[in-house]
Amino acid sequence: MSDATIDEICLVALAEAFRGDGELLCHPMGPFPVAAGRLARASFEPDLMLTDTIAYAVAGTLPLGMIVDDPGRDEGIVVEGYLAFRTVFDQAWSGRRHVVMGASQMDRHGNQNFAAIGDYRQPKAQLLGLRGAPGNVINHTTSYWIPNQARTFAESVDVVSGPGYDRVAALPGLGGRFHEIRRVVTELAAYDFETPDGTMRLRSIHPGVSVDDVLAATPFDLVVPDEVPASRLPTGEELHLIRDVIDPTGIRKREFRS
Amino acid sequence: MTEDEVVAELSSGMTIGIGGWGSRRKPMSLVRAVLRSGLEDLHVVSYGGPDVGLLCAAGRVRKLTYGFVSLDSIPLEPHFRIARQTGTVEAREYDEGAFYLGLLAAAHRVPFYPTRAGLGSDMLTYNPDLKTVTSPYEDGTELVAVPAFDIDVSLVHMNRADAAGNGQFLGPDLYFDDLFAMAAKRTFMSCERLVATEDLLREGSVHTLKIPRLHTDGVVEAPGGAHFTECLPDYGRDEAFQREYAATARDADAWDRFKADWLDLPAHEDYRARLAARQREAEAAT
Repeated sequence: MSDATIDEICLVALAEAFRGDGELLCHPMGPFPVAAGRLARASFEPDLMLTDTIAYAVAGTLPLGMIVDDPGRDEGIVVEGYLAFRTVFDQAWSGRRHVVMGASQMDRHGNQNFAAIGDYRQPKAQLLGLRGAPGNVINHTTSYWIPNQARTFAESVDVVSGPGYDRVAALPGLGGRFHEIRRVVTELAAYDFETPDGTMRLRSIHPGVSVDDVLAATPFDLVVPDEVPASRLPTGEELHLIRDVIDPTGIRKREFRS
Repeated sequence: MTEDEVVAELSSGMTIGIGGWGSRRKPMSLVRAVLRSGLEDLHVVSYGGPDVGLLCAAGRVRKLTYGFVSLDSIPLEPHFRIARQTGTVEAREYDEGAFYLGLLAAAHRVPFYPTRAGLGSDMLTYNPDLKTVTSPYEDGTELVAVPAFDIDVSLVHMNRADAAGNGQFLGPDLYFDDLFAMAAKRTFMSCERLVATEDLLREGSVHTLKIPRLHTDGVVEAPGGAHFTECLPDYGRDEAFQREYAATARDADAWDRFKADWLDLPAHEDYRARLAARQREAEAAT
């Protein structure tokens, strides 16, 4: 019996979003997704390129929070590339990139909002803004990490930062040809859009969670297959990587304070 | 030049580009000089940080063109949040990468650059200036035409510069400061330290000489000029100071105190002296 905790199960489910990516810039936003990207490279997707979250591409596995410019950094860190912000945009437009972003609202088509709540022109709550979401989502593979599903999944979103499948399908010509929302991982389950009309599908359910729990936290029609697999448990090696190498201080658990 | 001499070259209603990125290498001594001047009704173009927050809080901004406005360690700039929620500024928000293309188009003197960034998102819905363009080639793809940013004056802060206006960055990222300089009709540059031209390569490799004097119109030596934003490798962000600044968005009295203590000073030297005194007090207390 595995002693994996829910944060570790979610981390593996999010790392699974990168399976098959091969050699591209794995660019997750925020500590939890960064840990998932580092886990994917350290375990099953060794050709991913990852940064220190600042401007350096780093070979080998950095612990969360450590950056190359940190005076107290590990002597063993190897810089393999330079990714200033401008280069990151160039990489995004080249398509050799997979990001993980957060969301304040997401609908069944994968439309994501972290820009504002209420009327955009004078919002009730200004959030992060559009940030890089419009350009990321339309140019290359995107996944989302949503640690509060019931608060985030929504019938509709107030502002579309990252467009979903319905918006992209409505574009004329080839504008949407590089759009792919690979995976949405929440504290309850993993989702994809592998349906005929590009609406959200329950892909796997985390151990200890029921389909009813998932539906209770989903205010829209979700595609639920007849057989829903359980999200896989971390391997012993993955637990070692998470606990001893990538996140020895438990930063990942902060996402799970309710 | 001095900060006040730079500001004397500006006028109300202008479009001002500000270099740096979030709370990183912002020309803060120049921004404070704008604040103590009578300039108002400004259109600010920025990958915004406290530059935007301060100018909004002081009521100097009419219109804002931005890729984001963040303090980095505090994800949303609190004074910008208030400006948006009270509707006091006209917002022109761009995808972060699309913003780069607006600078690049201006730098290259073309009317726009095409991109997929923004297609399908609400960037187009709420940005009445933005139009799309259809590829004239066989593919016929419809793309966003990011218009060239028409900037009157850009303000940037570099680690080193010479008196002729060659600018040098020594930190991990130039951000888009070279494009701000090229995009604007005129550019003024502050720097941590003014050095002789023959000493520039003693400071860093030739790859760090990123802003040629062709695109600068005046240099201000301003040690600590990016404070409280980071200016690596010269200094990191003053997080304690930034937290105090951020708290002024929640408390009008705190804003008045902050303004009196840090903004209503006659010159950057006075700011530096007060900051040095604060640091001595902090050291004495530990």
